[in-house]
Amino acid sequence: MPAPDAHLTLPANPVACHECDLLQSEPRLAPGETARCVRCGAVLARNPPDSLDRSLALTLTATVLYVIANVYPLVGLEMQGRQVEVTLIEAVQILWKGGVEPVAALVFITALLFPVLELLMFLLVLVPLRLGRVSPRLATFFRLVRSVQPWGMMEVFLLGMLVSLVKLSHLATVLLGPAFWATAALIVVLTLAARAFDTRLLWQTPVAESGR
Amino acid sequence: MHMRKHASLSTTWALIAAAILLYVPANLMPMMVTASLLGSQEDTIMSGVVFLWQSGSWPLATVVFFASVMVPLLKIIALIYLTASAQRRSRHNLIQRTRLYRLVEFVGRWSMLDIYVITILVALVQFQGLATIQAGPAAVAFGAVVVVTMFAAMSFDPRLIWDPLSDPTPRRPDHD
Ligand SMILES: [Zn+2]
Repeated sequence: MPAPDAHLTLPANPVACHECDLLQSEPRLAPGETARCVRCGAVLARNPPDSLDRSLALTLTATVLYVIANVYPLVGLEMQGRQVEVTLIEAVQILWKGGVEPVAALVFITALLFPVLELLMFLLVLVPLRLGRVSPRLATFFRLVRSVQPWGMMEVFLLGMLVSLVKLSHLATVLLGPAFWATAALIVVLTLAARAFDTRLLWQTPVAESGR
Repeated sequence: MHMRKHASLSTTWALIAAAILLYVPANLMPMMVTASLLGSQEDTIMSGVVFLWQSGSWPLATVVFFASVMVPLLKIIALIYLTASAQRRSRHNLIQRTRLYRLVEFVGRWSMLDIYVITILVALVQFQGLATIQAGPAAVAFGAVVVVTMFAAMSFDPRLIWDPLSDPTPRRPDHD
């Protein structure tokens, strides 16, 4: 392990690890490669191929899926000839009227509000970048997007739906609505979109340098 | 380079204390109340797990048990260890502690599982005169545990684990 005072001179292209603060030089990455912190192993940078076009296309797909996931019923139940189906917002409303407003608010925020905020904010970063407008404010804004991410919990919500349907399956027929499948697809597409995005685009000008 | 989180340690301690206080009612009070033709029944988190186990879906019972009971508990214990060792400016197990922090951040969100289970159960089982399900007071306490432990994990700055490396160390040999 290098002694911390070994870094008296700044490395050529210095990056500070966001998890342990070690200053180190960022290696040149071939497409598909990942750079990790030499001390703690945190991901410093990735170089996904075709970053902007792919992440933009995936994010737009995710937006369409988000609309489907919130307009159509998620799940349904058939019991002695009576049938119910609920959308996400209806489920939140029923919970709210049932007297547990804080829980309803939590579900609204984590399953509905923060996922759409994440989507829209990601688009607000991608579209200017795609149009070739790089500004230092984008990087600051992207940090805000990152801070929003932990509060969007669609994948936990999907598993929660499955558990509740298993619980109900012995007393009634359960139905999976279009929004259920849209939510499942949305989780996959959004993960791919985030993976496809090269964060270094926020810091570097897209003009080709002579060093290539 | 990123701004350091402000007053990281004291904020984390306060949030850990709040999480412990909320964890108790979350596990002892009823999570949901089922009213059916057979009468009324109250379920805690644990009795919900037992029900899933007995009805034969033991993989799901295991998942719910881990997400709702073990994850919040282990998260609280891990955060106490991380915060205490950072406060002592410990120079041991730096990599292991960083990995533990990443695990806490990654796994914590899954304890929301039971909140979503309740949401769907309450929303679907509203057959008046046949069967209805209501959320109990533990749902509020449990939701609060999840939120508070997430804030605790966020307020802890993982770079504090590595900071003691830049402390002056008098015991170090001079011919370094
Ligand atoms: Zn590092």
